[in-house]
Amino acid sequence: MKEEIIIAGFGGQGVLSMGKILAYAGLMQDLEVTWMPSYGPEQRGGTANVTVILSDEAISSPVLNKYDTAVILNQQSLDKFEPKVKPGGTLIYDPYSIHHAPTRTDINVVAVPAMEATLEMESSKAYNMVLLGALLKTRGLVEVEAVMKGLKKTLPERHHHLLPMNRNAILKGMELV
Amino acid sequence: MEEEIRLMKGNEAVAHAAIRYGVDGYFGYPITPQSEILETLEELMPWDTTGMVVLQAESEVAAINMVYGGASTGKAVMTSSSSPGISLKMEGISYVAAGELPALIINCMRGGPGLGTIQPSQADYFQATKGGGHGDYRLIVLAPATVQEMADFVGLGFDLAFKYRNPVMMLADGVVGQMMEKVVLPPYRPRRTAEQIAEQCPWAVTGKPATRKPNVLTTLELDPVLMEKHNDDLQEKYRIISENEVRYQEYYTDDCEYLIMAFGSVARICLKAIEELRKEGVKVGLLRPITLWPFPSDAVERLASKVKGIIVAELNAGQMIEDVMLASKNVTPVYHFGRTGGIVPDPQEVIDSFYNYFTPEP
Repeated sequence: MKEEIIIAGFGGQGVLSMGKILAYAGLMQDLEVTWMPSYGPEQRGGTANVTVILSDEAISSPVLNKYDTAVILNQQSLDKFEPKVKPGGTLIYDPYSIHHAPTRTDINVVAVPAMEATLEMESSKAYNMVLLGALLKTRGLVEVEAVMKGLKKTLPERHHHLLPMNRNAILKGMELV
Repeated sequence: MEEEIRLMKGNEAVAHAAIRYGVDGYFGYPITPQSEILETLEELMPWDTTGMVVLQAESEVAAINMVYGGASTGKAVMTSSSSPGISLKMEGISYVAAGELPALIINCMRGGPGLGTIQPSQADYFQATKGGGHGDYRLIVLAPATVQEMADFVGLGFDLAFKYRNPVMMLADGVVGQMMEKVVLPPYRPRRTAEQIAEQCPWAVTGKPATRKPNVLTTLELDPVLMEKHNDDLQEKYRIISENEVRYQEYYTDDCEYLIMAFGSVARICLKAIEELRKEGVKVGLLRPITLWPFPSDAVERLASKVKGIIVAELNAGQMIEDVMLASKNVTPVYHFGRTGGIVPDPQEVIDSFYNYFTPEP
């Protein structure tokens, strides 16, 4: 098993954290993982992206030009990464801020109204977790319990009361697919 | 103690590894993309546990001179920076090398020249391996390609530094510094006691007891005859290091008809490209120098004699290629593939470069 994933959106949308939690979940399941962020001024606005690779074998390049799966949170990222999904791969996107929907027919395109859902749930901070739920439902990859373990590791203890809210967001994302 | 697998950035791994190795002091000044080394050390507050000193100096120049002073007392001391900051440290590094003092210096390279960019680069290869500071000196230069190696090379770096009384540079780049991977951290070992330091470093300036003559550490020698003798001694030491400390890794070289050479993160990008090329039936191998100095010239010479050509892939305009050309002795063509300015190529660009230079027979 090897899954090469790009997660891309605006800085501040939780792109890097989502990748980090996914990577931690991979770690919990004894997979090899790499997490390679764009670390430039993107972190302070503009576009941010992170490449996450989960594999049961040693991982060579942390930098990729084609992806099995893309999780897309804004139009710029869709324009940039839609062509880079491998034929037969998966593109998950939130139509909320998308003006031109994906056009490829040789990949599995999954629209996830995550922003709408988080607005309904009144937990906009769990936006990225809704999308992570959608990713898990679509691609399998790791168990929800591994994600929760990963979350526990990445969240400082003072934020652990937020774990149930995050779990709900993940489950909501799974429902949306 | 049970082996603990962690997920962290290369920079964070350096900080953890330093505390666990029993480092006595870290002196640094923040600069992207390596600030997490200082930040992580300050978060971990080792002064409360191992007694390690962590100090944010007023400048890079101050930090390297703190290393110079600390190393003179036989302590295990280190500093880290990124390209522009390393340039500032160069005078001090020359002094540390001249004084034959053990120290670990980490350069997490970013794009230059000048203030440049904060994105990854390997354009300080010349600076690290050929001098940088003034005078005939050498650094042992280690090039990590994984987060695990960033952790491991802290220990290896100090071991080599003390074995040869020579500064060691870990030449990392923004990719390995910033990416997160699994890492097994080394076990904790206590910092050395004053007695252990006195025994291991009889040259150290630790206060003169009545039982021995004063130790003097200086890099100034106005008598040219004595200064030449000092240079001869240094060169003899460098020869011994060259004979004993070359490290490299080969992939798919048993049957290779073409060779790619790359170090650090770029070696991994090339490995992916080679895996793709091999799917197309093209027999390409990879030689990854782990020590950039001493350079694996013998391995290059051996492989050069059996391949149709070599591509040297680097995040610069062509630096390691000069060592490859020297070592391969013109027996096979040597080409360069590079990106500069902080651009990191993807595996497809390496493949395209391969087909640009070579037309393998079907």
